[in-house]
Amino acid sequence: MSEWWTYRPSDFLLFAPRTYYRLVETYNAESWPWQAVALAAALALVALAWRRARHAGRIVALGLALAWSVIAWRFHWERYATINWAATYFAAAFALQALLLAWAGVVGGLDYGGASRRRRYAGLALIVTALAVVPFAALAAGRPWRQLEVAGLSPDPTAILTLGLLLVARRAHWTLSAVPVLWCLASGLTLWTMKAPDAFIPMLAALVAAAAVASLRLRGR
Amino acid sequence: MTPLPPRFPHTSRRQALTALAALGAAASLPLSANGQATADGPLARPIPSSGEPLPIVGLGTWITFNVGNDRALREQSTAVMRAFFEAGGRLIDSSPMYGSAQDVIGDGLARLGRPRALFAADKVWVGSGARGPEQIETSRQRWRVPRFDLLQVHNLLAWQEHLPTLMAMKAEGRLRYVGITTSEGRRHREFEQIMREHPLDFVQFSYNVLDREAEARLLPLARDRRIAVIVNRPFRQGDLTRALARHPLPSWAAEIGCSTWAQVLLKFILAHPAVTCAIPATSSVDHVRENLAAARGPLPDAAMLERIVAQVEKLA
Repeated sequence: MSEWWTYRPSDFLLFAPRTYYRLVETYNAESWPWQAVALAAALALVALAWRRARHAGRIVALGLALAWSVIAWRFHWERYATINWAATYFAAAFALQALLLAWAGVVGGLDYGGASRRRRYAGLALIVTALAVVPFAALAAGRPWRQLEVAGLSPDPTAILTLGLLLVARRAHWTLSAVPVLWCLASGLTLWTMKAPDAFIPMLAALVAAAAVASLRLRGR
Repeated sequence: MTPLPPRFPHTSRRQALTALAALGAAASLPLSANGQATADGPLARPIPSSGEPLPIVGLGTWITFNVGNDRALREQSTAVMRAFFEAGGRLIDSSPMYGSAQDVIGDGLARLGRPRALFAADKVWVGSGARGPEQIETSRQRWRVPRFDLLQVHNLLAWQEHLPTLMAMKAEGRLRYVGITTSEGRRHREFEQIMREHPLDFVQFSYNVLDREAEARLLPLARDRRIAVIVNRPFRQGDLTRALARHPLPSWAAEIGCSTWAQVLLKFILAHPAVTCAIPATSSVDHVRENLAAARGPLPDAAMLERIVAQVEKLA
């Protein structure tokens, strides 16, 4: 792309905010009542991880892998790609994340044996953000409840929940955080371009998670 | 106030006004919905390479027609196209870059019974010249038209490879007009060079009350080279109309038959004699009617143009 410095993020926004949120609304309507199942499953994964239950690492990794694969196919590939050609790449990235998580689940790459207190609470903050702050912020921004995004079915809360659950773990390879962090940045930028008042949430989540992972790697943990 | 650049850099203001008046009288003809000249249709200007008259307001589809499979929004897009054709519009412009817009246009045209007045303008937008014909065919199938009237190289992407393809299509009768596009003032030097060296029918670039760079070179060159000009981003993607909506419309707007800021902004563009057509995009039936209404009545003279620039620069 020549004269790339003259382009702004808004030059890459292909759709109107109204179109995007109606797409979310339609997706929700077509997914009902799986939102309840997804939310219950998310809470169960959080409980397992927080209590350091036996096999928590495998169950959390495989549960998240299922969510990322569902979103890759049902949201990005089948729906979002109809208004954004870049969503085919998002679908591929989400499928890759699903594979990485599934691999971590199979080989025991997630370990909830006992992370530091600071790390656990940073993770918990992200988990609360994914499950409660994201939907309430959407309501506060004036969007109807039919357009709320639910962890396990929608990309933003699922990425933030994943980052939270990875931080709570005592051991999680940094590569598992790469796609969620990148997605949160990309989504935050898209929402900011759409002038959504809650655009800062995925961006902040990405920064918190990236800073935590970088700090742990610098300390060799 | 920023001085208004000359609309005819090589002529005096008196000559410019004379030319403007002559063009306004002779080159802007009213058209009916099927493209025939009538007394009550929108003003039209001839495409210089053929003489075919084209209504001076068209319909852009960037963002507004990218509604995916949303049934309600597709119906709204169809309603916009229906209102556009009813008001005498002809040129609809799209691109493979615009997400689902081509599909939405094709869907709407089929519902409207394939209006005869349609002037189908699309683009080729792929980095490989070899993949151009395949993309054009896919675009044609999405529009559900037998052929395009105009194909443009989008943002000059791989233009060296695509232009020969488009010229060959035109020579074979599979395309009527060939053009190139840019937006927001990008690559004007290269754009100008292509305009000088290739037999283009159309060029498309950004031009509006605040972005007037094209007045210096591209618009005069288009006039000299007898190339039709399509103007994109007439409202800076809605930023201008949103900014001006907070302010009351000045009383002098009535002198040029305008009842909204959008019409003032459009008439500023349409008053330039080198402009063939402006293509505001909208998803609102009211707005498309309002835009087409700007293709009727008097166009601003030089004094009014300066007044519009001063007012918009002050308020926006």
